[in-house]
Amino acid sequence: MNRNGVTPRAPWQLVGLALVAAALFVIPIVGLFSRAPWRRLPKLLASDLVTDALTLSLVTSIVAAALATVFGVPLAWLLARGTFRGRGLLRAVVTLPMVLPPVVGGAALLFALGRRGIIGETIDNLTGFVLPFSIWGVIIANVFVAMPFLVITVESALANLDPGYERAASTLGASPLRIFWRVTMPMIAPSLRAGIVLAWARALGEFGATVTFAGNLQGRTQTLPLAVYVSLESDRDSAIAISMVLIVVSMTVLVVLRDRWWSRT
Amino acid sequence: MKNIETALVCFSEQNRLSRHEATDRGASVEFQHMTGRLNSARWALLAPVIVAALSALAACAGQSDERTVSVFAAASLTNAFTDIAAAFEAENPGTAVVLNLGSSSSLREQILSGAPANVFASASDQIMASVIKAGNAATPRTFATNRLAIAVPVGNPAAITGIEDFARPELLLGVCAIGVPCGDLARRVFELAAVTAAIDTNENDVQALVTRIEADELDAGLVYQSDVATNPRVERIDLPDAINPMTVYPITTFDGSSVEADAFVSFVIGPIGRRLLSEHGFGSP
Repeated sequence: MNRNGVTPRAPWQLVGLALVAAALFVIPIVGLFSRAPWRRLPKLLASDLVTDALTLSLVTSIVAAALATVFGVPLAWLLARGTFRGRGLLRAVVTLPMVLPPVVGGAALLFALGRRGIIGETIDNLTGFVLPFSIWGVIIANVFVAMPFLVITVESALANLDPGYERAASTLGASPLRIFWRVTMPMIAPSLRAGIVLAWARALGEFGATVTFAGNLQGRTQTLPLAVYVSLESDRDSAIAISMVLIVVSMTVLVVLRDRWWSRT
Repeated sequence: MKNIETALVCFSEQNRLSRHEATDRGASVEFQHMTGRLNSARWALLAPVIVAALSALAACAGQSDERTVSVFAAASLTNAFTDIAAAFEAENPGTAVVLNLGSSSSLREQILSGAPANVFASASDQIMASVIKAGNAATPRTFATNRLAIAVPVGNPAAITGIEDFARPELLLGVCAIGVPCGDLARRVFELAAVTAAIDTNENDVQALVTRIEADELDAGLVYQSDVATNPRVERIDLPDAINPMTVYPITTFDGSSVEADAFVSFVIGPIGRRLLSEHGFGSP
């Protein structure tokens, strides 16, 4: 961190503001843990409500992160390399879910993919399959809110890539797809990993779009955040226990990944 | 989500405070002077905005001197209490009713966490009992009754005929969540009818459930009779009373509540409240 040996003394104004900022994050977590029902905790965490929600949350967030990667990387590539009209507009639409209230996103998904949605109605008529109130509804809501984080991260990496390497590979006779796999992807790997982690984390915490689009049913669509929301009104201890699970899972993954390969640029 | 109404009232409150603008401007001039050394036109633009926002916040925090009644009411009372509040305000000029609508259970949590409620109208006497037990509340009075009914989208596309249809897994069916009065009541109905329900979603309050049925996202749901009584966007299928227990709505005020709060409760129980509740499909206690 301090490679050239010169550390300017930290200005107290910055330190003060930084401590206020840190307190904003630390104090609520402390508050939550201070209310933790430690003695009942093992029993609460072993309940069906919690295990069902944890399993569902892990499955849906991982599948969503995978789908966001499979579709998001090509989209990022298109946004970074494509030269077509409306690229700026497309980029704005893609990043919209980052600023949109997730509930609005969920409603928009309903109007598109719901049973009476512009596409959902056709799907229902042709196949009888209805996305909302199913695990696929949760996954699609997750992808909707999470993919922008991956696209943004990967796109900026692609935009900052020195095109010389790809050009060299091309001169040496590699096919465009081969160049993408063997040259481009390895060079953006650190950003790609960061993007996947960000997308996964966003999917794990997703609430608004899920509850609006996919409903709330234990074991099928009730993820950890939904379980917290429902429990807050019926059983505070349960809600706190589930929140602790969310915090521990997220922290573990973020810390482990950061050490393992996120920051290894 | 319904807390938005409170925020909106607060917002409209700010507009009335424009007479204080002169002093705000004085403050902003001083602020500009202080930040003038930065020599940035942006600050000159931003400073009044920041000062205005801060003074608006201060105005909101200090709005308790207004003659308002803060009424926390069950989601199923949404339409009835909106009408009752309007009628009450018309009869009591200068008094504003602020409605905070949500599931009774979420309102209970808000009240127990110290939310400033003057009046609480619950869809469940059990939930009312837990609020009373925590202290500070007056003896509750029952002001309305209700029962559940099946609501289906207009035209009843899934051809629902009765409670037995809730056992069909191929249908999209909704109820309220456990812990929410309409959700607990729905479980009681299934139990009495000996139906193993194939539920697809547990909504957090009855309004959310009704909205999903209106939009034809669900084939059917168990909602209150009052939700379907005057609602042209859903159709109603009644349940036999034998499997459909009646539920009562208690109302109370809190210690230190104003004369206005007591007046509001009397108004709800009185003839006008009675008539409006009955128009919205509620029964008399």
